[in-house]
Amino acid sequence: MSTLFFIQFLNGLQLGVLLFLLAAGLTLVFGIMDFVNLAHGSLYMVGAFFCATLTFWTGSFVWAVLLAIPLTALVGLALEMGVIRHLYQRDHLDHVLATFGFILIADTLVHLIWGPEGIAIPLPEYLQGQVQILPGVIFPTFRLVIISCGLLVAFGLYWLIGRTRLGMLIRAGASNRTMVSALGIDIKTLFTAVFALGAVLAGLAGMLIAPITEATIGMGNDIIITAFVVIIVGGIGSMKGAFIGALIIGLIDTLGRSFLDDILKIFIPVNAAETAGPAISSMLIYLIMAGVLAFRPQGLFPPKVR
Amino acid sequence: MTDTTSAQLNQHLRTPDLFGSASGRIITLVFMVILLCVPLAAHFLGVRLQLVSLDFITRILCLAIAAVSLNLILGFGGMISFGHAAYIGIGAYCVGIPAYHGYESGWLHFPLAIFASAAFALVTGAVSLRTKGVYFIMITMAFAQMGYYFFLSLDEYGGDDGLTIYSRSMFNIINIENKLVLFLVTYACLVASIYAVYRIVNSRFGMVVRGCQSNEARMKALGYNTYAYKLTAYVIAGGMCGLAGALLGNFTTFISPDMMGWSRSGELMFMVILGGTGSLFGPVFGAVTFVFIEELLSTFTTYWALPFGVLLVLSVLFIKGGLNGLIQRGWRRD
Repeated sequence: MSTLFFIQFLNGLQLGVLLFLLAAGLTLVFGIMDFVNLAHGSLYMVGAFFCATLTFWTGSFVWAVLLAIPLTALVGLALEMGVIRHLYQRDHLDHVLATFGFILIADTLVHLIWGPEGIAIPLPEYLQGQVQILPGVIFPTFRLVIISCGLLVAFGLYWLIGRTRLGMLIRAGASNRTMVSALGIDIKTLFTAVFALGAVLAGLAGMLIAPITEATIGMGNDIIITAFVVIIVGGIGSMKGAFIGALIIGLIDTLGRSFLDDILKIFIPVNAAETAGPAISSMLIYLIMAGVLAFRPQGLFPPKVR
Repeated sequence: MTDTTSAQLNQHLRTPDLFGSASGRIITLVFMVILLCVPLAAHFLGVRLQLVSLDFITRILCLAIAAVSLNLILGFGGMISFGHAAYIGIGAYCVGIPAYHGYESGWLHFPLAIFASAAFALVTGAVSLRTKGVYFIMITMAFAQMGYYFFLSLDEYGGDDGLTIYSRSMFNIINIENKLVLFLVTYACLVASIYAVYRIVNSRFGMVVRGCQSNEARMKALGYNTYAYKLTAYVIAGGMCGLAGALLGNFTTFISPDMMGWSRSGELMFMVILGGTGSLFGPVFGAVTFVFIEELLSTFTTYWALPFGVLLVLSVLFIKGGLNGLIQRGWRRD
């Protein structure tokens, strides 16, 4: 039981860091440009497909990821400069509608280019196996790689935002963008850079998960809602909130799915528990979200200055 | 700039008349008559064109009712709900699940659909309305997705595979197994829901809700409990959309969680925006245009979503005030 719990805990952690990669981009773009990007999940999908093709071209998953990252950034740049830039002045409703249109466009373009089937990405030998982390606890190497990548990126973002000049501009832009541009900062370029950074983070999440789930059309459309739940729980616009929220949601979702019916069996008849378990665990994160909002409508860690 | 702002303000404060401006009134009436008569004519003359068939128009009418209900909160209340398809799903399952257990009475299905949807709206609205702006958009979306996963997890009722309804709701006075009757019933429901929205937005209650859209702080200062008013509107819209779901479930005779996926909610929202928010008939124009374009494009190519998506993005960027705005202005730019 404790072994299984530990493994599921790691799985939850892995989902958590993936959610963090997505939520970080969403929350950055919202915090600074006040822009709601529903099509963020499409960038996740695009990253996965780039990675799939490049894996076949280069023969190496690692090279594919390294090359797919700038490509995804380019897609983000093109998207921002082509259309999204013209939407910043509009209200949130227009953001939602336009990016909803983008999801349709992205899904169909991927269908046109890569075909309707999902693409499996082969991993190199050294990432395929399993490792023994503790006596008796065996865990797939690649999932550990995902966890460490995610944590590394989280640390990198912390450094970027807290310690660099770009990060300083990002923080300044989030608290008062008029003032930042009045001080002579090219706010347009800053916005484009932030959007591209968000795109890269989403794309990276897609690349990391694709070897496990395959790159499929619409793969981003479900997880993006979970990423929304993450930033609602964490507080929209807050990087710390996105990180803690992602880990909470990832862990609760995974652990809920594996252990909730067992826990319910203690309290209610086995039959009822087996029916109610899956139903409740699939709704668990939304119930958590509702619970958080009932007490803190602005999320757990709302950004200090808006 | 000031001129347009004051014009918009006037537009906003004016009580929505049932049909809008004089020229708009004629176009709207003609449109509603066409929507009734063309499919009837096609049916009796035996025209076999999908775009004017009773089945196709019935589906549009169901979606139009849902769009009209969404417009009540989105267009008149400023509540941008991105989870409205949830009520369609709940309404449909309120037909499917009792029918699966052998309870086939429409007198059970329809009230159940309306009450269950209203109850879901009450619970989720009570939480969602504590928040504003982009939080509200995302939360309504998340709650709808919760409903989606709930029905997905119900293996007893088909889960992912959906549930087939073998017999439509039974009424002792009419027989909606007949597609002509179902079409007429749906049309009547659409007209009734437009009239209901008309009465609501012109009532004292509706004035308060619309006031919340323009300036909620001021309504609060005037002593209104805006939360309660908005929640009531939210519940009414949910119940009305539950009716649309029950009709749609009866029409398709097959229901699945996909009916309430978040892209469905996005489509409903598009119908409302495309038609023109805050106008009574706008959502109907929107629903008809949306489904027609979708259907036309999908007959030409399997990749219809590509031009469709481009059209959606362009319409957001360039059409202001929706189709109803165009009709009311008589295609003038102002």
